[in-house]
Amino acid sequence: MTAVMENADLTDELTLPPIGEMGIAALILVVAAGIYLTAQTNHHPNLVPAVGALTLAGVVVAVAVVMLARIGKFAWGKFRMVFGWALLEYAVIAGMLVYVFVLDHVPSATLAVLIAALVLFAVDIPMMFGFAVARYQPVLPKE
Amino acid sequence: MSDAVRMGPISAEAPLGSPPGPPPGPPSVPDFSIVPRVGVAVAGAIIVLLIVSIAGNWLWALDFFHVAGGGLWTGIDLFVGLAIGPIIGRMSVPARIEFSTRFMPKMLVIMPTLVIVTLAAGYQLARHLGFLAPNSPNHGLLVASYIVVGVMTVIALGLLEPANLAVLFELKKERPNGERISKLMRIFVLTAGVTGLMQVATLVIMTRLATS
Repeated sequence: MTAVMENADLTDELTLPPIGEMGIAALILVVAAGIYLTAQTNHHPNLVPAVGALTLAGVVVAVAVVMLARIGKFAWGKFRMVFGWALLEYAVIAGMLVYVFVLDHVPSATLAVLIAALVLFAVDIPMMFGFAVARYQPVLPKE
Repeated sequence: MSDAVRMGPISAEAPLGSPPGPPPGPPSVPDFSIVPRVGVAVAGAIIVLLIVSIAGNWLWALDFFHVAGGGLWTGIDLFVGLAIGPIIGRMSVPARIEFSTRFMPKMLVIMPTLVIVTLAAGYQLARHLGFLAPNSPNHGLLVASYIVVGVMTVIALGLLEPANLAVLFELKKERPNGERISKLMRIFVLTAGVTGLMQVATLVIMTRLATS
């Protein structure tokens, strides 16, 4: 396969939605909520700021998923491969952190919000990784 | 998490003044595995040990994981950014590609492992030492460390790791696009300053915590 052929079927970058930027925005919100909560894990903090940040992050991720799903010509095979492995990795990391919080008897309301943050974390990052790789990959005929 | 794989750009054509390389044409890329399986097995074993240490409340082991993991994380980050990166920037294109294909897959396993080990052990250590309590005199320093780690997390997971993966997948192609790799590698250079600053801040906060 020549260089010209290998790059000919790349997804047109100009038509791609800003999935990476949206992923970073969601990540900033999740990290901010995480910092706010872990700074007060031994107590009963006001959860409103964290819930607000996570709701916003959830909306951003949901919109990104919809925009991603609407891309027609895309290297979906590579996206699924990277997303799947990264999801496994970050699910293990998130699971470990949940285990630590449970072990430390974090109050249940705080724990629930922390779990929501970790779920968003474990979905947002694989999406960014998959998109970053797939956008530069050739699109196979079946895709 | 944080992947401080910072390298000079790999361009399709060697810059002026760079060491003489092979005749013009597409550089050859050695066969490599994006994720080294042996590394994943070692990382898995380390994480199992960490979980056992957390479950058993082994203070020494938690301290070991936090100090050793954190020291390696900060050391590798600074060393790669300040020493290895500039060296790679002056290498010939084929040498850079060969180095990248051997180095970057290892960093893909090493750095996330160091980060999760350091953070999980550190959090447990802080709990045992009473630093999590808001009335602890060290609580402020602890929260400052959360913020520093948060900034590094966003840079590493939002910018560096996606670029790292995209470069590795590009290098897996029969004819990698040098211009694209160069563009992706620029992210490492642009974020090097912030990451370095955050790592120095980590050193200051941790040494203050350890001696207070």
